[in-house]
Amino acid sequence: MSSSTAVRTLAAARASSTTEPAFVRFGLLGVALAFLGLFLIVPVAVVFEQAFAKGGATYLAAVGEPEALAALRLTLITAAIVVPVNLVFGLAAAWAIAKFEFTGKSALITLIDLPFAVSPVISGMVFVLLFGARGLFGPWLDAHGLKIIFATPGIVIATMFVTLPLVARELIPLMHAHGTEEEEAAVSLGAGGWQTFFRVTLPNIKWGVLYGVILCNARAMGEFGAVSVVSGHIRGVTNTLPLHVEILYNEYNSAAAFAVASLLAALALVTLVAKRLVESKAHSGRNGLTASTGERKEQDEH
Amino acid sequence: MSIEARGITKTFGTFTALQDVSLHVPTGELVALLGPSGSGKTTLLRIIAGLEIPDAGAVLFDGEDATGRNVRDRRVGFVFQHYALFRHMTVFDNVAFGLRVRPRPVRPSRQGIRDRVMDLLKLVQLDWLSDRYPTQLSGGQRQRVALARALAVEPRVLLLDEPFGALDARVRQELRRWLRRLHDDLHITGVFVTHDQEEALEVADRVVVMNHGRAVQVGTPEEVYHHPASPFVYHFLGKVNLFHGRVEDGQVFVGEIAMGLPGDAAPDAAEAKVYVRPHHFDIDRKPNGRGHFRARVVHINPAGPQVKVEVLTEWGEMAHVDLPEERYRTLGLGKGDEVYVSLKEERVFIET
Repeated sequence: MSSSTAVRTLAAARASSTTEPAFVRFGLLGVALAFLGLFLIVPVAVVFEQAFAKGGATYLAAVGEPEALAALRLTLITAAIVVPVNLVFGLAAAWAIAKFEFTGKSALITLIDLPFAVSPVISGMVFVLLFGARGLFGPWLDAHGLKIIFATPGIVIATMFVTLPLVARELIPLMHAHGTEEEEAAVSLGAGGWQTFFRVTLPNIKWGVLYGVILCNARAMGEFGAVSVVSGHIRGVTNTLPLHVEILYNEYNSAAAFAVASLLAALALVTLVAKRLVESKAHSGRNGLTASTGERKEQDEH
Repeated sequence: MSIEARGITKTFGTFTALQDVSLHVPTGELVALLGPSGSGKTTLLRIIAGLEIPDAGAVLFDGEDATGRNVRDRRVGFVFQHYALFRHMTVFDNVAFGLRVRPRPVRPSRQGIRDRVMDLLKLVQLDWLSDRYPTQLSGGQRQRVALARALAVEPRVLLLDEPFGALDARVRQELRRWLRRLHDDLHITGVFVTHDQEEALEVADRVVVMNHGRAVQVGTPEEVYHHPASPFVYHFLGKVNLFHGRVEDGQVFVGEIAMGLPGDAAPDAAEAKVYVRPHHFDIDRKPNGRGHFRARVVHINPAGPQVKVEVLTEWGEMAHVDLPEERYRTLGLGKGDEVYVSLKEERVFIET
């Protein structure tokens, strides 16, 4: 009896050593929830509320308008180009940084972060200065009939620049932690470079890759600053969804602006759900493994 | 297949990992590369495997230069220190990997792969775990999976990096006997790296003792243990007591005690290092006519086959003495006793 009491006391002591009084717990929780509600949930709710404020018909009209559809198409095209390119770049950069030693490695790591450090507007300006009519390559491009600034290529390039670090940043620590031993083992067993990559490296980082892709996609669809500078705001031609929203809003067409914004918000919510699924999948994969180690110990004793 | 390394040199930045190391492993022999960490033993193993490229020197397999040959073409089985099992694959898939990545013309059939993998898993006594993942296995089991995986590609050479380094003492002992038996059955040329002298002496046919990027002695376990070529080897192979002495009249004096004669004549006043293994001491209650010194018992640890006695010598140094249990009982030693310690065997190195 005394031992069970002791156990209970011990458990109680352990619980109290890591738990704060109720008012502190509820206080902290309340602050966090209030903050989240005020800055995240209310704005999103307002977007949808405003979008439908003038009824479903107005909403559908605003969303189904040719210019809105063109903006949606351009946004999707941009993401469809930017995400795969950044995926390949991210994989290559992370692979090189995590698995090889070379001079200029730390410079490369710093450079990858550059787009995060620079304001997107400045990024856009840089491309205007490079490819614009009076830019460095402007005359050459003009002579060859190529148009980058105020056209889709410019939007793609600017978006690519801004989202460049996302996949690589996700993968570098992951690949670093995995080290090179498994790859060495694969090679010593006779695997070639591609076999090693697809059979050993990629499966180990697949959740990280997916996570990076989701983040990259979200940013590619939502980017405003850099794209705004290079786009030229030609309605129905070089307008992406965020730019279209801004135009509508500036024209005091707030119902339409919020309707289109709700499309973006919906894309963001889909992204969040996908991210959540990936996280739980990656997590449950790990959990499944730890849960069965108990089983393993039992069998060891046989 | 025989392995030969000729004049291998390897540096990492300013650190010289290997300096002009040569090594010959005859077909079918199991050789241990033994040395402290940083001695270059793992680098040498990785160079033999082709995972590292030497700055100078050559690696020959069966007399044929393989230095420029790619890892995948060398047909070496490499067992990594931390096993490097593919964590997203089952035990079966891990072992099958080397067969599945073969080009189609030389790849065994699905059934062929299955049979070979199950045979190997039986060999390492793990066929009942074939659908487990590496994280679900114990250290010893992972080690054996790594070995089966390396053997699956029918390597001509088996290279093992600290094969038992990460295992606990009991599993270690079992596994190393098992490895020795396996080697005797398969007759495959093998090289393994270890920092554990007991392991090297027990498992290997020959031992290469390495220090500071050089092979300081090569020989059978018996040779290196009983005839160490240098103070380092003596020190590294087993416990040893070291006394500093000086030479006078062809004798080595430690304090005021003549401790033995060095093999060769040495000039007076030369510095001498006297090495004595703990079990080469004897303890008496009274002087028995042999050369001896006086000492006081400081600590006794009677647990184990040998009783470990720590004594403080009359010149103020600690010495570790191993006594057979019987002898200890006959003497009836106790802490603080004054005793006479004599030497049954010692090794003197004269510093030049």
